[in-house]
Amino acid sequence: MKIKITAFGIAKDIVGGKHLELEVSGAELSGVRQELISQFPDFGKLASLKFAVNTNYVDDSCQLNENDEVVLIPPVSGG
Amino acid sequence: MEKIYITSDRLDSQTCIDMVSDDGSGGLVVFIGNVRNKTKDKSVEFLDFESYEPMALKEMQKIADEAISRWNLHDMVIHHRIGKVPIGEEAVIIACSSPHRKESFEACEYAIDTLKETVPIWKKEVFEDGEVWVSAHP
Repeated sequence: MKIKITAFGIAKDIVGGKHLELEVSGAELSGVRQELISQFPDFGKLASLKFAVNTNYVDDSCQLNENDEVVLIPPVSGG
Repeated sequence: MEKIYITSDRLDSQTCIDMVSDDGSGGLVVFIGNVRNKTKDKSVEFLDFESYEPMALKEMQKIADEAISRWNLHDMVIHHRIGKVPIGEEAVIIACSSPHRKESFEACEYAIDTLKETVPIWKKEVFEDGEVWVSAHP
């Protein structure tokens, strides 16, 4: 299915924009991670890559729905 | 003014102090994170902050709620600036108050440490000859 991705920080630079649509097989978030790393190998070089769905951190076993907005959270550095 | 607040305008420490001041609180602690002029030996021109605002506000609120409850604070305020922040200006201000000082010192340290780990805000250091997203790489 198609997943809408929003990227911030260095993730935005890696995918070349703030928004991206990704075609993934299966509904588990782990598929999004695999697809991202395969399309954009630079994600593999980050200290970490977390995901948020509907403004909450989720782990890779999260089951996605068609209209979920998946947000890429590269290492945060506020303060 | 909101207690948990993200803005591209300059932050004001007195506003934060006034918001947590309380006659029953003998201790009031403020942490101000300022923009430093260098990283290691390299001169920084300015910092550029970006946030995922709805989630950043939610995570900042969680930190304040946890700190207030764990240290029995009177209150806590967290203000974070985004966009371009020049050298010497404030990137973040955290203020809290409690009947005695120890609780506020500990709570304030907890709040800034946790903010740096969980709040989706990103800082780019801009140098004369390039720019770097802070902490992105191991």
